[in-house]
Amino acid sequence: MNWRGCYTLFVKEVRRFYNVLGQTVGAPVITAMLYLLVFRQVLEDRVNVYEGVSYTAFLIPGLIMMNVIQNSFANTSSSITQSKVMGNLVFLLLTPISAFEFYLAYIGAALLRATLVATVLYVLAQLFVTVPMANPLVVAAMLVCAGGTLAVMGMIAGIMADKFEHLAAFQNFFIMPLSFLSGVFYSIHSLPAFWQTASHFNPFFYMIDGFRQGFFGVGDVDPLRSLAVAAGFFVLVSIIAISMLARGYKIRG
Amino acid sequence: MPRASNDTAIAIDRVHKRYGRTHALRGVSFDIRRGEYFGLLGPNGAGKSTLISIIAGLTHASEGSIAVLGHDVRSDFRAARRALGVVPQELVYDPFFPVRDLLRLQAGYYGCGRDYWPWIDELLERLELTDKRDMSMRALSGGMKRRVLIAQALVHKPDVVILDEPTAGVDVELRRTLWRFTRDLNDAGHTIVLTTHYLEEAEELCDRIAILNHGELKVLEDKRALLDRHPYRFLSLQLTGDGGPLPAEVEALVEDRHEDTLELKLEQGRHYIADVMESIRDAGYRIADVRTREPHLEDIFVELTMDKPDGRAA
Repeated sequence: MNWRGCYTLFVKEVRRFYNVLGQTVGAPVITAMLYLLVFRQVLEDRVNVYEGVSYTAFLIPGLIMMNVIQNSFANTSSSITQSKVMGNLVFLLLTPISAFEFYLAYIGAALLRATLVATVLYVLAQLFVTVPMANPLVVAAMLVCAGGTLAVMGMIAGIMADKFEHLAAFQNFFIMPLSFLSGVFYSIHSLPAFWQTASHFNPFFYMIDGFRQGFFGVGDVDPLRSLAVAAGFFVLVSIIAISMLARGYKIRG
Repeated sequence: MPRASNDTAIAIDRVHKRYGRTHALRGVSFDIRRGEYFGLLGPNGAGKSTLISIIAGLTHASEGSIAVLGHDVRSDFRAARRALGVVPQELVYDPFFPVRDLLRLQAGYYGCGRDYWPWIDELLERLELTDKRDMSMRALSGGMKRRVLIAQALVHKPDVVILDEPTAGVDVELRRTLWRFTRDLNDAGHTIVLTTHYLEEAEELCDRIAILNHGELKVLEDKRALLDRHPYRFLSLQLTGDGGPLPAEVEALVEDRHEDTLELKLEQGRHYIADVMESIRDAGYRIADVRTREPHLEDIFVELTMDKPDGRAA
């Protein structure tokens, strides 16, 4: 293993998002806080999802996970696409960094950004309502599996995209709808039967429900099932991404 | 497997590259020796950049193999890439970091730590970049960016350095600086592989020269031997007087005509200067000035890569 090379690439990726912290952490936090303010104002007294859990408290883990999903994806996809479009990816391809080391560095940096956004959101949310953390291990495991899965999907999208429009299409027509329709703002038990069933085919639903169970100890499906789905997807997309990198698919001539 | 010996820097063995129906490289084989200054020449589309990309691991050969210092570029890619520094042709850069940080990061990718930082500072000094070390690449001129690209290729002290048209679009002063710098590198024991469109550059710097054309190796020779094997010399005559048409045998030798000056291409042992001058005088001209010159690499290059009327390359 070229550990120093892998670590340097990780540091470079962290510095890349740290240099524009307002854009990479500040903006998603502000957007999430605005969602929280608006939905709290409108629905706090009208919706009661779980016994003894206020709607604002219910909303917070979902909003955090939605931001984990979107920021993990954005970090890897934008970095790789930008390097491809600007041509500076060549400086990485020339080095003795293997496909697995490349994967580790990019996914590690994306997970760090996602964790940073999640932590800031969680801390700020305490201004509105106290959100308990029933099982921190489940919270951490879901954050890693969900953030990791989306970071890898961002990597795949970045490798496949030839220009930023391709990335935007992936984000707008795939990531955004699936994350909004995954139970961030509601419990799927409040949906008609058809949409309840449909939700079970949305992997993001398990990521959000499992994450939420880490806070409240209660959810729509068994937390182990959520964890298994998220971990399974993480492994699956990782295998795809590493084999793409190893073959040099769309990045090595 | 590529042939490798202690004095081989790069061993290229029957390399083919196909892009769909395009056969960019057609079984190219040759060795580049350790410590030499090697010129890789060819017209646009000859396959030079493809070959360099395969050596650098930026693309994979369809067939054949390449080894750098005995390390196969695919199966032993780490050692091969550590031995290699590549200056890319395009002026590409990462806009997020200042110059020195960029170089330190690049060294880190090769597994080189803080003990390489003094070497990076030395590189900055030698390439006259010290006062630009904290500037973003965006703020640098094209020439300065080119220097940073060269520094990036050298941060890990590679034994073999490939310069892919390093002086394209740079001014004369910088070109001279880069020539000096690469010559110093070569004197220090680095193997240098240069591709260039400036043939006088290859003539000035290189020990051996390979010429690619249409994906095939046309020639690989010591520079001096290559120049010597060209059996021509050039005779430049400034004419005065109102002579008539030149004799057909002289007209056939005219390579270039500019105002009152003719450049004739004479084949050694076949055309004699005295005979040619006498024929011109007989046609009613006076010869005001005479100059001769030996063939340049460019003349040989044109001859070797010029397409013949039947569509095949020479």
